[in-house]
Amino acid sequence: MKYVLMFIETEEFATEFAALSPAEKEEAYRRVYQWFDDHADKITNRGSKLQGRETATTVRLDSGQLTTDGPFIEGKEVVSGFTEIDVEDLDEALRMVKTWPACPVIEIRPVAEM
Amino acid sequence: MSTEDELARVVRDHAGRLAGALVSLLGDFSAAEDLVQDAVEIALKRWPVEGIPERPDAWLFTVAKRRGLDVLRRQQNYRLKLALLPPPEQSPPDDRLRLIFTCCHPALAREAQVALTLRVVCGLTTAQIAAAFLASESAVAQRITRAKRKITDAGIPYRIPRDDELPERLNEVLTVIYLLFNEGYLSSTAERAHSRDLVDDAEWLTALLHGLLPNEPEVAGLLALIRLHRARTAARFTPAGDLILLEDQDRTAWDHAAIADATALLTRTARRYHAPGPYQLQAAIAACHSEAPTWPETDWPQILVLYDMLLTLQPTSVAGLHRSIALSYVRGPAAALAELDEMAAGLQQYSLFHATRAQLLRDLDRLAEAHDADERAAELTANPAQLGLLNERLAR
Repeated sequence: MKYVLMFIETEEFATEFAALSPAEKEEAYRRVYQWFDDHADKITNRGSKLQGRETATTVRLDSGQLTTDGPFIEGKEVVSGFTEIDVEDLDEALRMVKTWPACPVIEIRPVAEM
Repeated sequence: MSTEDELARVVRDHAGRLAGALVSLLGDFSAAEDLVQDAVEIALKRWPVEGIPERPDAWLFTVAKRRGLDVLRRQQNYRLKLALLPPPEQSPPDDRLRLIFTCCHPALAREAQVALTLRVVCGLTTAQIAAAFLASESAVAQRITRAKRKITDAGIPYRIPRDDELPERLNEVLTVIYLLFNEGYLSSTAERAHSRDLVDDAEWLTALLHGLLPNEPEVAGLLALIRLHRARTAARFTPAGDLILLEDQDRTAWDHAAIADATALLTRTARRYHAPGPYQLQAAIAACHSEAPTWPETDWPQILVLYDMLLTLQPTSVAGLHRSIALSYVRGPAAALAELDEMAAGLQQYSLFHATRAQLLRDLDRLAEAHDADERAAELTANPAQLGLLNERLAR
């Protein structure tokens, strides 16, 4: 089954990360790359890391194409990246996610078959 | 045993087995579960009139299969699979363990886990679940439909978790059963004696789990815990249906044979595994109470030690509350009240906290404060049996 993992940052995580030294940041990135390498056979689309929420723009087509600054949901938790995986079932996705070395929240969503 | 109880028992013994076999066969949890539920509904209509068939398993099997061939006629692959389904006398391996783990998957909401387990593993109808939880039938039906859709759409597997995942997942299952047990135990009153006995379902489920996973000490612990509590049933209510507190119960009315059996199970488990967990510890506390000839002769120091162990594993304010009761018998009501008041922040909305404070305050002759605390306790409970008891205290 295919799932998209949505990586979610909290304000606390973002603040802590910003406070890391360059060497610590590099180490944090290394752990993330390692995770992608460890699960390479399950990852069908590495997806992307997204720029920060302050860079988001939202367009509401149902409100006369209203264009606004910021993400579509105001909240303390924001999606900061995504990846598509292909695994046996939800349990395998859960196992994979439990070893994720970075942001503290991950949403697992099955991909709809179209 | 009333016909209704017997009916419930027969359905429970066979419905889960059939569900397990059908899910394995069709590989579709939702479709299989629908067929079993249909068969159960038909059985509950026809058996009271026609009598319970000699082979209820074969009867349910035939009805579910016929229904499946009918309902699933457009799905050719299901029809073929159903046609291949062996009759139950060839007794397939017990698939119910897988069924239990799927129903109690942590990706499902707690109330969905409870409703699914009752319906799929124990064979309750949606109406019976709704009645047991005082919920509307449509709310329960919706909860079940949503949960079944999630199982299919989110890819929740139908299998026994791997060894490294088993402790966490088993804990999830035990939590669901414990919740059922508590719900049933606290809501059982003489008035509601006619409604579904969830305690009976909880004991049955735990016994099934114990049979399927005989080497799990916490499963044995929960089984002993439930049996020890059930052994006191006959002494828990007055003929008018009012709740009698443990300290006031007629201990000769307890089922002492059941107490001895449950205690033996607990002792065997403790000796064999040396792995005390929350359920074994709670059972050991219940066993201390059950073995005491009178309330004052209870081994309070032992109970206090068990609560300390429980709090190390599971530091919950509710366990702390119960510990303070034991403490009052070991070190006096003043010491217990002091400890209880330290935990007040986490327990303000909990009726038993105020009822316990009231008891301790009364022991200390602070009667006006005791009265206020009992009033607060009464405001916070909807349970008729507990309310009756509190109102009686307030009227004194």
